[in-house]
Amino acid sequence: MKTHNSSIEHLQAEFDARIAEDAKIEPKDWMPAAYRKTLIRQISQHAHSEVIGMQPEGNWITRAPSLRRKAVLMAKVQDEAGHGLYLYSAAETLGMSRDQMIADLQSGKAKYSSIFNYPTLSWADIGAIGWLVDGAAIMNQVMLCRCSYGPYSRGMVRICKEESFHQRQGFEIMLTLAQGSEEQKAMAQDALNRWWWPSLMMFGPPDSESANTEQSMAWRIKRQTNDELRQRFVDQTTPQADYLGLTIPDPDLKWDAEAGHYQFGEVDWDEFWQVVKGNGICNRDRIRQHVKAHEDGTWVREAAQAHAERKAAAAEAA
Amino acid sequence: MDAQTQQDLFEYTLRLGDDALTLGHRISEWTSKAPFLEEDIALGNIGLDFVGRARLLLTYAGEVENLGRDEDQLAYLRDIRQYRNLLICELPIGNFADTMARQLLVDAFELPYFQALSQSSDRTLAGIAGKAVKEAQYHLRHSSGWVVRLGDGTEESHGKMADALSKVWGYGPEMFITDEVEQRLVDAGIAVQREELRDGWQAQIERVLEEATLAVPDVSWQVDGGRRGEHTEYLGHMLAEMQFMQRAYPGLQW
Ligand SMILES: [Fe+2]
Ligand SMILES: [Fe+2]
Repeated sequence: MKTHNSSIEHLQAEFDARIAEDAKIEPKDWMPAAYRKTLIRQISQHAHSEVIGMQPEGNWITRAPSLRRKAVLMAKVQDEAGHGLYLYSAAETLGMSRDQMIADLQSGKAKYSSIFNYPTLSWADIGAIGWLVDGAAIMNQVMLCRCSYGPYSRGMVRICKEESFHQRQGFEIMLTLAQGSEEQKAMAQDALNRWWWPSLMMFGPPDSESANTEQSMAWRIKRQTNDELRQRFVDQTTPQADYLGLTIPDPDLKWDAEAGHYQFGEVDWDEFWQVVKGNGICNRDRIRQHVKAHEDGTWVREAAQAHAERKAAAAEAA
Repeated sequence: MDAQTQQDLFEYTLRLGDDALTLGHRISEWTSKAPFLEEDIALGNIGLDFVGRARLLLTYAGEVENLGRDEDQLAYLRDIRQYRNLLICELPIGNFADTMARQLLVDAFELPYFQALSQSSDRTLAGIAGKAVKEAQYHLRHSSGWVVRLGDGTEESHGKMADALSKVWGYGPEMFITDEVEQRLVDAGIAVQREELRDGWQAQIERVLEEATLAVPDVSWQVDGGRRGEHTEYLGHMLAEMQFMQRAYPGLQW
């Protein structure tokens, strides 16, 4: 018993040392159970967000206003599917199967980014999502490129390149609208009004209420707190809104020269928790569509499996 | 180029553009609905190939027509009677077997078709076709792979695949009609004689169906009309959705 304890202590010490020297933890390395659990939760939630996020954007593929926009949007949504796949693989290196992750998503046990529970009502929403939602995702993901878990960190490096492309495309949609007719400008402003606060919520609850932040920082899964990232996002995005000639729906937003940051108003955390708990406009539809696609595809997956087994059996017999 | 050839070439390019656009639009309807994530990506790729091709063809059609219409005006501001695509391209996606059955018929046709068109005396069409050949090779591998997997999968998938083939089969012959417009362009070395590809197509399909343990559908009906603007009722709904923005907010840049 004593030797067992001391060997765990030894492994823990080794792990702590690797974290301290900023070395990457790899799948085969020993890691504390809680570290593994936290990563599985975070990476699978991230994967689910990529996949569920395909729905609000896919909602406009068949109605995109030009063929160029249609093709770009199709490519973007396809990228997000690729991100989901990549992240599921990263989570699988921690011993969680994709089937289990999908089951947890569908049962509501696992979460996805709550912003995708808001509806895309107009074409401008596609611009706003690219600009703000991908923009907020990048803030988070740039940080995660330095995450202590190797497969997650490497996945983020690859994903970040595509996300910044998405953000530019979203901004370009907004710019076109902002320079367009009165109707188009109004459409862009309305989208900003609806997506601004949910975008700030994407960084998660304030540090004072964030249960996981401290431990995640200690493990170097996260490098910045929710509030730090949120501030960075506001600092980066506010001048872009000015450039577009659009008004961020926050009367308290103002430049603080002394601090070198924008001050901004209080996020409505009640709304955030309401949506997380299932009271967003689209929560049920998002899961229902995921379940439906999965169930509609059951016979296809079964057929592929049966065929592959028959082929393998035939190859063995030959 | 004489006026007749110009008019024929416009019509022809428009037809190929509409084929690619309507089919690409249909495939894009699979977004978030595929049986698993890898297949979402594959269908995304294929849909993008068709939409990309539609853009090239409709842009070129507008240039040939020379009335200042661009790809978007052609895509979004023509009504159903002006659409020139093959009926098979506009059919709803149905279930996964329906989509793969349609794709097999189209892909097995397009590969040799674009191979031949890549030798067209029209440089632009030859270039577009050359790119399409590479795409069609992948598309055919994808669709025939699935037809085999589903045909030779479970009893349920076999039944669904057989049913899908019999539902789409009668839309196949329209691909092989060379009318006067296209015949004049064939004579000019621009277009491809469709009828000549029929036997090779039939043989290709039969090879796939044999591996899939499926029979060639025993159906006696066949329909055509797309090239004359006589469509299924499905197309109007597709256009209503696709053209919504341009119709609701006319004349704007997006
Ligand atoms: Fe993504
Ligand atoms: Fe993205």
